[in-house]
Amino acid sequence: MTRISLTVDGAKVSDDVEPRMLLVQYLREKLGKTGTVIGCDTSNCGACTVHLDGTSVKSCNVLAVQADGGEVTTIEGLAQDGQLHAVQEAFRECHGLQCGFCTPGMIMQSVDLLKENPNPTEEEIRLGLEGNLCRCTGYHNIVKAVQYAAGQGAES
Amino acid sequence: MTATQERPAAEIGRDRRRKEDQRLITGRTRWTDNLTLPGMLHLAMVRSPFAHATITSIDTSAAEQAPNVVAVVTGQGIADEQGVVINAWPITPDQKAPTHTPVAVDRVSFAGEIVAVVVARSAAEARDAAELVDVEYDELPAALDLKEAAEADADNGGAIAHPDLGTNKSALWVFDSSEAGTGGNVEEAIEKARSDGILIEREYRQQRLIPAFMEPRSVVVDPTGEQITMWSATQVPHIVRFALAATTGVSESKIRVIAPDVGGGFGGKLQTTPEEWVAFALARRLGKPVKYTETRSESLVAAHHGRDQWQRLTLAAEKDGTVTGFKVDLLADLGSHVAIVGGGVPVLGAFMFNAIYKFPSYRFSCQTVLTNKTWTDAYRGAGRPEATYAIERIMDELAVEVGVDPLEIREKNWIKHEEFPFTTVCGLEYDSGNYEAATARAKEMFGYDELRAEQKKRREQGDKVQLGIGISTFTEMCGLAPSRVLGSLDYGAGGWEHASVRMLATGKVEVVTGASAHGQGHETAFSQIVADRLGVAFEDIEVLHGDTQIAHKGLDTYGSRSLVVGGEALVRAADKVIEKAKPIAAHLLEASADDIEFSHGRFGVRGTDQGMAIGEIATAVFAAHNMPDGVEPSLDSEATYDPVNFSFPHGTHLCAMEVDTETGALKMRKYVACDDIGNIINPLIVAGQVHGGLVQGIAQALWEEAVYDDSGTLVSGSFVDYLLPTAADTISFDIDHTTSASTTNTLGTKGVGEAGTIASTPAVVNAVVDAVRHLGVNDVQMPCTPERVWKAINSGGAGGATEGAAMPHFEAGGEAGNQEQPGTASTEGVGE
Repeated sequence: MTRISLTVDGAKVSDDVEPRMLLVQYLREKLGKTGTVIGCDTSNCGACTVHLDGTSVKSCNVLAVQADGGEVTTIEGLAQDGQLHAVQEAFRECHGLQCGFCTPGMIMQSVDLLKENPNPTEEEIRLGLEGNLCRCTGYHNIVKAVQYAAGQGAES
Repeated sequence: MTATQERPAAEIGRDRRRKEDQRLITGRTRWTDNLTLPGMLHLAMVRSPFAHATITSIDTSAAEQAPNVVAVVTGQGIADEQGVVINAWPITPDQKAPTHTPVAVDRVSFAGEIVAVVVARSAAEARDAAELVDVEYDELPAALDLKEAAEADADNGGAIAHPDLGTNKSALWVFDSSEAGTGGNVEEAIEKARSDGILIEREYRQQRLIPAFMEPRSVVVDPTGEQITMWSATQVPHIVRFALAATTGVSESKIRVIAPDVGGGFGGKLQTTPEEWVAFALARRLGKPVKYTETRSESLVAAHHGRDQWQRLTLAAEKDGTVTGFKVDLLADLGSHVAIVGGGVPVLGAFMFNAIYKFPSYRFSCQTVLTNKTWTDAYRGAGRPEATYAIERIMDELAVEVGVDPLEIREKNWIKHEEFPFTTVCGLEYDSGNYEAATARAKEMFGYDELRAEQKKRREQGDKVQLGIGISTFTEMCGLAPSRVLGSLDYGAGGWEHASVRMLATGKVEVVTGASAHGQGHETAFSQIVADRLGVAFEDIEVLHGDTQIAHKGLDTYGSRSLVVGGEALVRAADKVIEKAKPIAAHLLEASADDIEFSHGRFGVRGTDQGMAIGEIATAVFAAHNMPDGVEPSLDSEATYDPVNFSFPHGTHLCAMEVDTETGALKMRKYVACDDIGNIINPLIVAGQVHGGLVQGIAQALWEEAVYDDSGTLVSGSFVDYLLPTAADTISFDIDHTTSASTTNTLGTKGVGEAGTIASTPAVVNAVVDAVRHLGVNDVQMPCTPERVWKAINSGGAGGATEGAAMPHFEAGGEAGNQEQPGTASTEGVGE
């Protein structure tokens, strides 16, 4: 067991973890942060995407011990003071989700994408979300949601 | 419909944002795997690496010694209490089906089958210990190839998937229009076409697909308390409950099944699974809550697959392109077991090969075949995508043969809008439709004539990138299903749906539906329906579902049935509320019941300004201080609705594909879908269903395939190898609707959940073939990878099809009788 201390969604936490424990397992099993989900075991689907020190990571691809001393934001910490993040709002507005299982990862990746490129083209959005799989929406409305959030093409 | 015209819709037709979304976008979800109960134990499965083998021994001793392991159970050890996994649709009386035990007892029949289960205090410890279970196998010959399996018997020494059955053939299901009295004799049409008409024979492959819902399956069973409660990531909690009771001997009233938030299904969670049965049995045995959540690798290998057919098609036509008969012979791969719908999947397609067309004669036969691969069952569309693919591909071939535009050949044969209702050669009555209107709108959106002109120009110039235009004018039968029809097809249950409406004391409304949403947005759409029906605010309605204790009756969600069957049940339950409230309103308003009118949520006295809101009446009924004599103090109502017919959405889809003739690379340039799904409740939700459906169908055309190696191992066993499309692979779509209201339900709606998937696959492949047909290509096997396209272009000769694709000659001596290969005569030598 290894002792780790980090900040998750603004709260300081500290736990003994097995060295092999993945960050996503730590979030779900130790912290009850079940908003972040596991969709595959090969880091293809991106459903588990969170921010580690301000950058999107697939939390199934990061060991919990690697997050020691870091700051993690999950889908549960994205809304501030009861106000949805603009990207969360955009996903609802544009019907960018159906079953919602990929949504936490999709939103966290979109937030990161827009941080790096506030005015992406459709192609840049599509390439930027390439690491996140969705089976319900056909991506059409996810792309629209990111455009909407970016303040572009918000036609409905 | 008159009903909606009398009560102008405020909510129906609005693009309401979904009620479901708040929790989903903030992570406040309840997926089954999120649940943790006190003392809960975790299961890990030991699965067979062999496709077919006898289990000679299982040594569990090392696993039992592992840290925090509670139990290790083998098939032998659980044989008496595990129940069986059921097939609800024996398609023929003599169907052969192996017994499907959740855990294999002495023989495994596909790679991935469960042979032992480890129970431990944590999921990680269970998985660690599963590695220590030592299973010895004696490998048996595995039946893998569908065609070889169909031919295998004792005489030729072919591998038999279940040796005690003596054959791999499970059932032969036949429909013949001349025998059914719904049409003529197809053999006569074929003979006539052979001598004096056009005869087209093709064989198409429907590759095996994996539903690949995003949420892996998960199940939690809590045996503590009076009832045994199961949470499961399922589309069908009511069916699971019934089947558990029927196969384990536990009283149905002692089982509660809950489908909490469920992350997609697409038919893949329309199943009663070995994993659910194992969890149920072990929770009961151990007296503790247990949880099992599959890994993605397990999901891909052990959750059921879809499609997997060979289709032999014979289309007979007059020389002018008027179709005179269609004959369909299918081989359908069931995999290792006959699943809950099983052979019923291709049978659901049997009535759809004639599609939107007026065929005078039709014959369909389907041989279902057992193999040593993962079992197959429903996947979005279930039988109807396969049928639509076959007919829409071969109609293009007919157009080439006649030498006309493929839209022209379709129009020549389709049912005209003034001919509805129309009884088809399969005996189904299509209630409404307008193929002309949908096609005209699609052509306009697509810029059909301009793209045809560009295609011609590129061909003339010999561009290395050629343009293809693909068409799919589809229909489907959905809204499963009239119970009488299901009974006539030997399905083991009905097709009704149940709904109830509870009027709460505060005037709020609870709606309970037996449909079980897993991403469709029922909470929103059903709220809109009830809001209009009862004249209450959208926000004041709560839709409850997915729990057999709350929604005590239901047949769940699949087959695009929730709105057209479940929605109609809801309308009828709401109307009963109004009828119950009328005499009470009359009493409270001191008027005659005959003078009471209900409109926009208010009961008024005709000719006066007196009235009461339905919520006020609900409050008065709750108090029950002043009820009319003999009237019960309740407005709550329920309805069970059995549909009188299927729902027949249709549409015209057009796809433009660019094909690089030097590399085989494909680029989708444009995709237009104009669907007629009757009246629309929520256009935003409908658009989402269409988009998602399109991509699943496009993915079959271009990317996805479950591939096995020659020892029966699933090679595409992870998301690295099974190619789900990403945002970067797909484009934005142009969609619109024309409307011919259904006449078989009050709201005039038709199903939409499967339409995109059913329509899009042939549109894409037709576009690919159309782009390179002038190079001698008349088929490209799915998925149309660049390699396959390149090979098709470069193989030259007759058709230039890829290996295993079109094989046009079925009949002995067909050389004389068959037509020349379309595309060959006019382009001889081009592809060489």
